[in-house]
Amino acid sequence: MIEGILIGLNTALSLKNILMVMIGCFAGTIIGMLPGLGPMTAIALMIPITYGFEPSTGLILMAGVYYGAVFGGSTSSILINAPGVPGTVATSFDGYPMAQQGKAGKALAIAAYSSFAGGTIAAIFLLFAAPSLSKVSLAFRSPDYFGLMILGLTAVSAFSAKGHFLKAMMMVVLGLMLASVGQDTLSDIPRFVFNNMNLADGISFVLVVMATFAMSEALTIIFKGSDPTQAAKQISLSKLGSIRLDKEETKKMVTTIPRSSIIGFIIGVLPGAGSTIASFLAYGMERNFVKDEEKQKFGKGSVNGLSAPETANNAACSGSFVPLLTLGIPGSGTTAVMLGALLGFGIQPGPRLYQTNPEIFWSVIMSMYIGMVILLILNLPLIPYIARILAVPRAFLIPLILFFSVTGIYLMSFNNFDIYLMIGIAVVATILRLYEFPMPPLILAFVLGGLMEENLRRSLLISDGSWAFLWDRPLTLCIMITIVLIVFWQIYNSYFKKK
Amino acid sequence: MKISPVKIISLLFFVFSGFYLYYAHQIRVFSFDEDAPFNAKTFPIYLGYAGLFFSGLYMVLPERMPSNVSLSVLDYKKTITLVVLMIIYGVTILKAGYFLSTSLFLILSYVTLGEKRWFWVFTLSFPFVAIFMFLLHGLLDIYLRDPFLKYLGIIG
Repeated sequence: MIEGILIGLNTALSLKNILMVMIGCFAGTIIGMLPGLGPMTAIALMIPITYGFEPSTGLILMAGVYYGAVFGGSTSSILINAPGVPGTVATSFDGYPMAQQGKAGKALAIAAYSSFAGGTIAAIFLLFAAPSLSKVSLAFRSPDYFGLMILGLTAVSAFSAKGHFLKAMMMVVLGLMLASVGQDTLSDIPRFVFNNMNLADGISFVLVVMATFAMSEALTIIFKGSDPTQAAKQISLSKLGSIRLDKEETKKMVTTIPRSSIIGFIIGVLPGAGSTIASFLAYGMERNFVKDEEKQKFGKGSVNGLSAPETANNAACSGSFVPLLTLGIPGSGTTAVMLGALLGFGIQPGPRLYQTNPEIFWSVIMSMYIGMVILLILNLPLIPYIARILAVPRAFLIPLILFFSVTGIYLMSFNNFDIYLMIGIAVVATILRLYEFPMPPLILAFVLGGLMEENLRRSLLISDGSWAFLWDRPLTLCIMITIVLIVFWQIYNSYFKKK
Repeated sequence: MKISPVKIISLLFFVFSGFYLYYAHQIRVFSFDEDAPFNAKTFPIYLGYAGLFFSGLYMVLPERMPSNVSLSVLDYKKTITLVVLMIIYGVTILKAGYFLSTSLFLILSYVTLGEKRWFWVFTLSFPFVAIFMFLLHGLLDIYLRDPFLKYLGIIG
């Protein structure tokens, strides 16, 4: 492991990669701050750029964007009570009241230190958990992988769209259907191509991500007539206050951070749960841990109340890399985008990644530390200025997002057809978004479609067409039972539980 | 009787899944693969049934959390204009070249969204695209075919 850490450090500390982490953190913070534009959009916009780099550099850039976007989301939660991402909603409960009390600088500092500590502690957990889990996952067989993929899709559907489970499942099926377009990987038989040569290679992953996130989010903002930059214009540099914390505040954070890091990491590892659930759970649990006096301050500007969700959401980000790096199965929409990007580089994450491509495996883990440090020393002092940049009018922001989306896909294919297809998917996604059809399950399904079919193929061929492979092995049986429980729990919650 | 828009979307998805299933059955597989436990059309057929199942279920079951969208407040004009501009951008990008089509797309989009500060409209179009193209060529070594700039003799 020491050798691996050194390889990772050597790669991550190269001048080019440090620069990439800095750019990623900075760009991610700006995009993450904008309400409605989250880490997935930020990463999607970066993918075409990363294809010009080595895989490790590209992945390091995207990891930086991810952390930056989560941190950016916290900033808009605190300053304007408009969370950039769902994972930072709980941050606004105590962050915004602090800002209203003239302690915005302090709230930002608590968020930054908590994010840093949570992310760093979780990255240490990842350092030990990932190689161990990689060894364990070598024992996994095709039926287990097939079951795990269904579990991931079911869990993301259950958690990403609260109360809209069936809508999410429709999105899963749509994502798998889009993934089935093109030649069959084994027999090369064309499927759903309709004699159109442009579809022979299937639909590009970048195209689907750009269309369903960057482009459709931009169109949704215009369609709804909302202006995410309006509130940012009201931020006054002079009203942010000091970023220094006193002894008592530091003491409170020291007790909150370790427990919230553990909660965040564990929730992050679970498929589908992610930073939103981690932050809410940490907030709720912290409220039970503190003394009655502090409990009264929750919702009114509590240091513990702000530190807990911030620690947990960043720890969950690190945790979500565990299933991606060790099993090759992303547990969230954001890591699904990263998996798609990795596959684009010709790299298959999974238990053998850290044997076949140790420099990628370890450099991603090491770059997380570097990303955290950069977020702390670079972004915290710059936040007031970055917040100012956000006052860029909507009339400029939206066309620039559309321009980056179209350019991104054009640079990959130099083909008009892909642009039309992207616009078509974006229009459909915009309408679906309007009626609360969640997009992360679609992306996860699209990325997993090929792998899922491959594992189903192997399982059915081994079992000679019998579906008994779903319960033959104890591990597969456990996974299938979990899936059934999630489905029944969702149906019960949605249709039978009294409101 | 008012039908929920989400139920209509589910109905559309049901029909779409039906078509998908029909075309899944039309996929031609090798004759030796016809009776194999798994062939090129097995997975798509399951997907077609899954689509019918979930959309059918949504249509049948009552809606506990209906989506309330006020259609009258949506900005159709600007959204449709932007979509049309993107399509025109897609049509012209190969023929007119990246520089001209992108710059014009940006200008028209800014104006569509109500921007009237012409200095910024201009700065964030032609010069911005020129710098962006320079970065693509210089930094990422990506060549962009551009008949317009070639005609002007700026690129080879």
